[in-house]
Amino acid sequence: MKAVTKSSSRIEPVVFHTINTIFMLFVVAITLYPFLHTLAVSFNDGSDTLSGGIYFWPRAWTMENYKAVFISGTIYHAAFISVSRTILSTVLGVFLTTMLAYTLAQPQYIFRKKISMLFILTMYFNAGLIPNYFLIKELGLLHSFWVYILPSLVSAFNLIIMRTYIRGLPGSLTESAKIDGAGDFRIFWKIIFPLCTPVLATVALFIAVGSWNAWFDTFLYASSDIKLSTLQYEMMKLLGSTMSTNNDPSLLAGNQHNQQQALVTPASIRAAITIVTAVPILFVYPFLQKYFVVGLNLGSVKE
Amino acid sequence: MSDTVLDKQVKTQKTRKRRVDPEIGVSLSWKTLKMQKQLIFMSVPIAIYLIIFNYAPIWGWLMAFQNYRPALSFGKQEWVGLQQFRFLFEDETFMMVLRNTVAMSFINLVLGTVTAIGLALLLNEIKVKFFKRIVQSISYLPHFLSWVIAAGIVATSLSIDDGIVNIVLMKLHLINEPIMWLSEGKYFWGIVGASNVWKEVGWGTIIYLAAITSIDPSLYEAASMDGAKRFQKMRYVTLPGIKATFVILLIMNIGHILDAGFELQYLLGNGLTVDWSQTIDIFVLKYGISMGNYSLATAAGIFKTIVSVVLVFIANYIAKRLGEERLV
Repeated sequence: MKAVTKSSSRIEPVVFHTINTIFMLFVVAITLYPFLHTLAVSFNDGSDTLSGGIYFWPRAWTMENYKAVFISGTIYHAAFISVSRTILSTVLGVFLTTMLAYTLAQPQYIFRKKISMLFILTMYFNAGLIPNYFLIKELGLLHSFWVYILPSLVSAFNLIIMRTYIRGLPGSLTESAKIDGAGDFRIFWKIIFPLCTPVLATVALFIAVGSWNAWFDTFLYASSDIKLSTLQYEMMKLLGSTMSTNNDPSLLAGNQHNQQQALVTPASIRAAITIVTAVPILFVYPFLQKYFVVGLNLGSVKE
Repeated sequence: MSDTVLDKQVKTQKTRKRRVDPEIGVSLSWKTLKMQKQLIFMSVPIAIYLIIFNYAPIWGWLMAFQNYRPALSFGKQEWVGLQQFRFLFEDETFMMVLRNTVAMSFINLVLGTVTAIGLALLLNEIKVKFFKRIVQSISYLPHFLSWVIAAGIVATSLSIDDGIVNIVLMKLHLINEPIMWLSEGKYFWGIVGASNVWKEVGWGTIIYLAAITSIDPSLYEAASMDGAKRFQKMRYVTLPGIKATFVILLIMNIGHILDAGFELQYLLGNGLTVDWSQTIDIFVLKYGISMGNYSLATAAGIFKTIVSVVLVFIANYIAKRLGEERLV
């Protein structure tokens, strides 16, 4: 693509590229190391980990950490809640965002500017934690599964991405459909929606990741209700307990492996839960990668 | 320069279109409402949803001007005017919280931007496409993890008995004994800054890398003809080429200067570091939810929102005056 640069010295590029490559390998190492370490710890005997020296590879292989995680029913239920909230908010969120974006992409739509402004303002304007808490309470959403879905259905950022994309589609498509007598909803559902696949993938990923990773809403609105606990919230509770006391046996009191006490430790359980919580995302994101790069750039495009 | 010319062309095209196309600039009438009823059905309910969830809670702001007691009905609340705000600004804790928030936010903004641009510049120099893609994919992997997981990773890496940071520093003989990173307030801002870079630098480069790719290659050719070396090309072609992206991201981020991030501080902070780790959001949470002082917490929240909105408008105005790209 680019013209080969005529450099007076032939050594400079070689030196530069070598250093640059080494630097990139360093970036990769720093990014990946914590995962590999966590993975190793999760498969290593808990008491053995305490003696230190685990880097990339488990020393005393065991599945006990994972067994301990899965032995308590809480984790299954938390995983179920996490999965359901993620699927439901993604499906609903993507559909509503796209539908709204379609209307806001129509230049002649009378409420286009007003509704756009309402949404864009929310990027900076927030009533704040306490008023929001009261709203959720008034709406009867405290300790309800819907508190995970409703408050964050459509976000301004995703809306801007969708709208920019839909605006870029050829207008002749909708015009010819209109001449054939199709209504706006029909055009949206039959023509626009299928054409949006790449940006749908982007927005779906953003919503799904946001929903999967959320723990604060559980903490704030449903913390007393174990039935609504999510994987991230379980992680958060573990994190709190392991940070304050490094070896709290009461944490493990619930599982039947108490006889073999030192086998699992809070740290090793945490490693196992970290892997369980991170794996779904690590599986999904490589497939969606090429899309979200496009999506992110659309998002930065000026109004 | 060519930008403004292009802008003008687009503008004239738009005005011309407006004259030809009678549908643009429709006025509010029964006829248009009827014609656009499907668009209205598709968007107005969602707008109402938004008003309920984002604008209705603004009613709650009234609490900041009261001495709100949950037991009393709304009409019986005691009105105290600006007393809550006065209390906030005389409160030493709040001033400390404000300092922490602005400091960490500023560190994140500067460090985040500089590392993202730096990594983008260096990634752009890698000619082996496969390697470039691998590095990129790996670099934005942490972005998709929750702060709970990231905080766990940070805590593990910094731990005193087996944390990789202490091990490396010891092996390099930079320190003689492990440092208790998370127990000392003076390290806290740096830890938050570094964690943010670790988690978000790859994500941040996406936009800058795209901006670099869209720079006209002939500019590089011309620079080479003039004898520019690699770093001169970065300095005189690439950096000016991504200036617009930089400015618009800066404006967008300035509005979030009081959002220093909340999760990491909440998850990593402890009793020993509270003077450095507490941010406005944590303050609001503590006073509001835990201590039940709704009025004071609401006042702090209002302060935050107003500062954000004002800052965005100021930044936007300055950008406009300087003839730069702008948000609104």
